[in-house]
Amino acid sequence: MNQRKPDISKGVDWLVVWLYILLVSIGVLSIFATTYTEGESVIQTFLSLKTDYSRQLLYVGIGAVLAVFILLTDSKFFTATANLWYAFGILLLLLVFPFHTEVKGTRSIMRFGGFQLQPAELCKVFVNLALAKYLSRVDTDFSKTRSQLIATAIAVTPAFITILQQETGLALVYFSFFLVMFREGLPAAVLIIGFSLAALVVATLLVDPNILAIILTAAAAIAIYIMRRQIKRQRQLLVIIMGIWFVAVGVQRFAVPYIFDNIMQPYQVKRIYDTIGKDYVPKDASEAMEIAQAPDAKKKDDGGDYNVRQSKIAIGSGGFAGKGLLKGTQTRYDFVPEQRTDFIFCTIGEGFGFLGSLVLLSIYFLLLMRIITIAERQRSVFSRCYAYGVASIFFFHIAINICMTIGLAPVIGIPLPFISYGGTSLLTFTILLFILVRLDADRQMVLR
Amino acid sequence: MSVFNQSRSTVIRLIIAGVFVVMLAQLTNLQLFSNKYQALAFNNAVYPKVKYPDRGIIYDRKGKAILNNTIMYDLEVTPTQIKGVDTTYLCQLLDIDTAEFRKRVITAIIKNGRYRPSIFEDLLPPQVHARLEENIYKFPGFALVERPVRTYPFNAAAHIMGYIGEADSGNIKRSDGFYRLGDYVGKTGLESFYEHVLMGRRGVEYMIKDNKNRLVGKYEEGAFDTAAIAGRNLRTYIDIEVQQLAEKLMQGKVGAAVAIEPKTGGIIAMVSGPNFDPNMLTGPEKQQNFNKLFLDVSSPLLNRAIKGQYPPGSTFKPLGALVALDEGIITPSFGIGCSGAYYGCARPVKCTHNNPGHAANLRLAIANSCNSYFTHIYRLSVDANRHGGVKKGYQKWKGYMNNFDLGVRVGVDLPSEDKGNIPDSSVYNKVYRNSWSSCTNLTLGIGQDMMLATPLQLANSMCIIANKGYYFTPHFVEKIDEESPEDTIMNAFRKKHSPLTSISDDAYEAVISGMQDVVEIGTARMAKLPGINVCAKTGTAENYRVIDGKRTKLKDNSVFVCFAPRENPKIAIAVIVENAGYGGTWAGPIAALMMEKYLNDTLRPERVKEVERIASTDLMPSWIIREQYKADSTRAWNWFKRTNDTSVIRKFMRKHSATPDSLKRYKDEKLPSPAPRPETRTTRTGLEAILPQQQKIKSTSV
Repeated sequence: MNQRKPDISKGVDWLVVWLYILLVSIGVLSIFATTYTEGESVIQTFLSLKTDYSRQLLYVGIGAVLAVFILLTDSKFFTATANLWYAFGILLLLLVFPFHTEVKGTRSIMRFGGFQLQPAELCKVFVNLALAKYLSRVDTDFSKTRSQLIATAIAVTPAFITILQQETGLALVYFSFFLVMFREGLPAAVLIIGFSLAALVVATLLVDPNILAIILTAAAAIAIYIMRRQIKRQRQLLVIIMGIWFVAVGVQRFAVPYIFDNIMQPYQVKRIYDTIGKDYVPKDASEAMEIAQAPDAKKKDDGGDYNVRQSKIAIGSGGFAGKGLLKGTQTRYDFVPEQRTDFIFCTIGEGFGFLGSLVLLSIYFLLLMRIITIAERQRSVFSRCYAYGVASIFFFHIAINICMTIGLAPVIGIPLPFISYGGTSLLTFTILLFILVRLDADRQMVLR
Repeated sequence: MSVFNQSRSTVIRLIIAGVFVVMLAQLTNLQLFSNKYQALAFNNAVYPKVKYPDRGIIYDRKGKAILNNTIMYDLEVTPTQIKGVDTTYLCQLLDIDTAEFRKRVITAIIKNGRYRPSIFEDLLPPQVHARLEENIYKFPGFALVERPVRTYPFNAAAHIMGYIGEADSGNIKRSDGFYRLGDYVGKTGLESFYEHVLMGRRGVEYMIKDNKNRLVGKYEEGAFDTAAIAGRNLRTYIDIEVQQLAEKLMQGKVGAAVAIEPKTGGIIAMVSGPNFDPNMLTGPEKQQNFNKLFLDVSSPLLNRAIKGQYPPGSTFKPLGALVALDEGIITPSFGIGCSGAYYGCARPVKCTHNNPGHAANLRLAIANSCNSYFTHIYRLSVDANRHGGVKKGYQKWKGYMNNFDLGVRVGVDLPSEDKGNIPDSSVYNKVYRNSWSSCTNLTLGIGQDMMLATPLQLANSMCIIANKGYYFTPHFVEKIDEESPEDTIMNAFRKKHSPLTSISDDAYEAVISGMQDVVEIGTARMAKLPGINVCAKTGTAENYRVIDGKRTKLKDNSVFVCFAPRENPKIAIAVIVENAGYGGTWAGPIAALMMEKYLNDTLRPERVKEVERIASTDLMPSWIIREQYKADSTRAWNWFKRTNDTSVIRKFMRKHSATPDSLKRYKDEKLPSPAPRPETRTTRTGLEAILPQQQKIKSTSV
């Protein structure tokens, strides 16, 4: 590795770069399709910086410059400064509290002149670096609970700060780092328990509490009956089953209602209910008011699932081949709220139909698979962890964003990587990806 | 290290692949297998903007527009754009208070949202419009919008023309999706009957709307748009000047007058009294006006010319003669000796004449209106041997009546016509328990008994005589502009009906001569016109009405039928003035003036005075005042019961009757004294018992 005369093209995974360019282009095109007003001169508006698509183009330019800078940087720089960046990220997050500007109900945005910064978005990079750094330390034995807890703390701390800034969606992203930890040896049980707990919560909402309690009890009884031989030999097993039953019923009976009533905002509860298809009845007038004033509750009188309904109409009306660029009535005439940002997928779904959606999903799938392939070919643990972090973050964003537009997930305001309008998110994803490309270029090196 | 846990890489790949498969499955479901989303998106974004065509114009026979279109203005408001409006000034211009202003803006927001304009005040009166027009720049968010409105330039022919109103749920349901909420449809009159001709074809412009319902452009550059086609005009037989004259003459009278052109069946004029100005139901106060007309017990909204059912009395006699002639039972020379009454049955029928020879032949019998003669020939017609019994004979006679369009709907081009009454023999069977003879209903021969006819039917019967046996279904519309064979609506009016086939011209001459004698020497002398041979028949019909629960005989109806000129009939008229006495007293002069106006196109100067005399005479039956008082006080009482608001009922407590004058008139006509009916009495005592409490509550609350 000749660091004096860096050759940025050496070792670079061009497939990833091409996929990146493809996605960013689709993004600019989609934003153009959504916000272009008939009759304007396309070239002029693209250069004017007054329209969203021209601004996105500017961000793409900035992203390209950043990418080149990252590719010119020594890989060791990232390992060396990972913890420093993390500290910087936390500091930024904390600075938001005194210096934020409230935009659409979230308090996670800082404003400098005409320029907005959302540290919670940017912090993903730093957390990813720090987590990779921690996991790749020589003295980290990840099979120990202590290490697992520290790793979790690194990933989740920013999430909690973000929740305090009322940006739940972005906070949830940090939980995707569990996928990295899983790869690095976190017991599968943790994930399974996590999923079971989630399933239990959903069941609590869907099924009548008493019936669910009976089902749980019955399940426990059946388990005891089946395992009666083992239980005879091992009394502990009975205690474990009883313990699981107790926790399950406790969650179902007390924890979920408590969290829904006291911790979560009424509008969030309502959105979860909307997703599983149940009506949420506000307990009192003040709660109803809160729901009505929730961020991006566009049509208060039209039910909370207005966004999702309109988005489903948009995507569904695209049919097989779509209505064509600039022909989507749903997206062109603002029926779908937040369509430049969180609901940008509608534009593709309506304009280019099933084919377009399939192509986009394929590109994303290819990208994710490629990143995992890249991860597995790294010699250094740091690079591998980092790569898995990137894959996890992308996967979470893509899955949640698309699922919410097609009515499979609650409406959590997180952007679609490389496509949604927004400087911070585009630059964050670019930095994330190109650090990976940089690290991958040096995949023969063992970084610590 | 990297070998360690490597299998988990596959697990992660599988998780990712699994989630992508789920997403793809949902996309397949939404985009490939659900059709509803396309329709939903279309409904969301495409707004079919309806372009209303101008309604057709209705012209009279001389080409004057009697029902036309004009422009009025609505004040529209777009709530989001109201900024810096001088509310007090605007309120002052519109004569409303600021609370009302706020209420209307909120209503507008609820109705159409903040971004779309809604009507703030509709149909501005001209002076308000003028003041607003000057100042509209001061009120951002408000705009004056043109709105086509119907107008009646002659303030006449309300019952004929009808009016339009917003389509109600019935209209919408019946139209099979043609009409939508907010559309205007003809509610009565020609407006209703010729709705499809007058309304034209609506155009639709498909507009793209955004999420705030603002229209942002044309859908597919107007490829699916259809143009509006203006409604077609109607050319009618109406002579608006005769119509206006007749309306003037019928002022202050209950009744109707119908004039028909016998040759075509075209209706020249049709008046129903009491009348109203049709423009009352178009302007800004149409609702109040409608309510007022609707609550008036004299029913000004009722078109008595087609819905009023009157015993024709003596005016029926020529028709009775025609039946007997057609049957061959009498000849024009047939005569009887009448000594002042008809004694053929147990109950004598009085005749106004007793001099011998006044019924020596048909002509004389008509001229002298001999009751005996016509009851006799009625009995002869019904009892004729070849029928085989009175019941069959009567059915035959009824068949004649129905052929004359008596007892059946004439089929005029107005909606909801009544058919009068020529009872079926089964009705007599029922009433007289199957045992009746021609003696039972012999007064049918002089247009009484159960016989009822509408003024239109009477006028039509005159057409039959004038035409010597044929008629066209009476109708207003001569032709539709740009008429095509598809306009089957007109076919019924162009078919010649000939109900009387075997009557010779001589026989007709006898009847017609008799009717001319009525004018020359008989009871209709006031209808004589210089240089024109007028044929007429007066009628003075007994009538009854249930008043305060009792069947009361009222003053006779004044009935008059005529046609002229005898040689070449151009106009046939029937006039009925309720409770006005002899046929020649009021109905006759009215018909005479109408004839003169129509035939000579002008009135002699000395006749103008006569017009004024008749127009200024109030012949409103006095029972109307009593009934109005009862209806109003009952409504006031119900209102009080519902709302505890005493303001209306108090008015009725002070007076014991409508006016002192009306009391006197009740006595004059020997009507039952206007003592309050039992329920009215309880009303009063009940109210008095409650009122003090009411006042107490009021005083404590103040």
